[in-house]
Amino acid sequence: MNEVALIIGMMLVTFLPRYGVMALLGRVEMPKPVFRALRFVPPAVLSAIIVPTMVFNRQGEFNLSLQNSALIAGLISIFVAWRTRNVLLTILIGMTALWLWRALVGG
Amino acid sequence: MSEIPTRKSEFITGVRDTLPLVLGAIPFGIIFGALAVNSGLSLLGGMGLSLFVFAGSSQFIASGLVTQGVGLGLIILTTFIVNLRHALYSATLAPHVKGLPQKWLLPLGFWLTDETFAVVIGRYSRTDDSPYKHWYYLGSAVIMYTNWQLCTLIGLVAGQAIPDMRSWGLDFAMTVTFIGIVVVQLRNRPMVVAAIVAGACAVAFNGMPNKMGLFLSALVGVIAGMVAESLLPDVPPVREAKYE
Repeated sequence: MNEVALIIGMMLVTFLPRYGVMALLGRVEMPKPVFRALRFVPPAVLSAIIVPTMVFNRQGEFNLSLQNSALIAGLISIFVAWRTRNVLLTILIGMTALWLWRALVGG
Repeated sequence: MSEIPTRKSEFITGVRDTLPLVLGAIPFGIIFGALAVNSGLSLLGGMGLSLFVFAGSSQFIASGLVTQGVGLGLIILTTFIVNLRHALYSATLAPHVKGLPQKWLLPLGFWLTDETFAVVIGRYSRTDDSPYKHWYYLGSAVIMYTNWQLCTLIGLVAGQAIPDMRSWGLDFAMTVTFIGIVVVQLRNRPMVVAAIVAGACAVAFNGMPNKMGLFLSALVGVIAGMVAESLLPDVPPVREAKYE
């Protein structure tokens, strides 16, 4: 693997969407419907990243049982985040739940 | 805010408001470093990704692909797809950073992450007319970046000593951090619909190559959110002064 090429390539395809849109849209007005749609992007993208890490176990198998520690800890984290609106508490309780569940139940 | 914000106070508040998310990035950065050094990347290569790419989830995915022996072009394409969401964060922030000079836009763009976006959009949504909100953004970005470099370094060193760190479940830190970010942002039912539909699609599309499923799921989620918004208005139209 040519690491320099890897870093430069990944840098470009990461930097351009981040900076390019910001710089370009400063000059042109964004249509209202586009702006409306954009509000749904963060929850949609992040949820699409989160949910597979919960329902697939460490072996990569689909697992909706008590034997899947990530599923249980994830559900506990969602509950904590929903009730407390506190990100810090969500992280602390979520990670503690994962380790406790693995130690006590497995998965 | 009762006091008049200054550059310094905005910067410090930006750092402070980002600290909870920094906590979630710590184990994630360490596990990335450990994964990178065990994937066949050199110490400098792993560090270089954090320094110059600075995108946790795609760095994570890329080192997994390096382990599998996937070629350079395909790894870069995957990175592009995973990071396309930043274009939409960037578009959301665009009206707020309009008029800033390039010397601000370049670093603020480079440092745009999920965490900083989540915090900074909250600051821009507050209606006070502080002229220094970009200093808040800078504070959030600088603390995220500094922390990411330190954690990568720790992970690279620790990963050489402890090859099987992934089994500790530290990668789950990304999941819980993102859960915290998303759930707090879900202000109305259409947003909940967008999140649930995107999550379900991501499971269904999981077998698709090169994380294409992630992009498609997000797209379907956004469409579902917009449909839900037009079907489930938060203020029922019945309450409008219809009979007057």
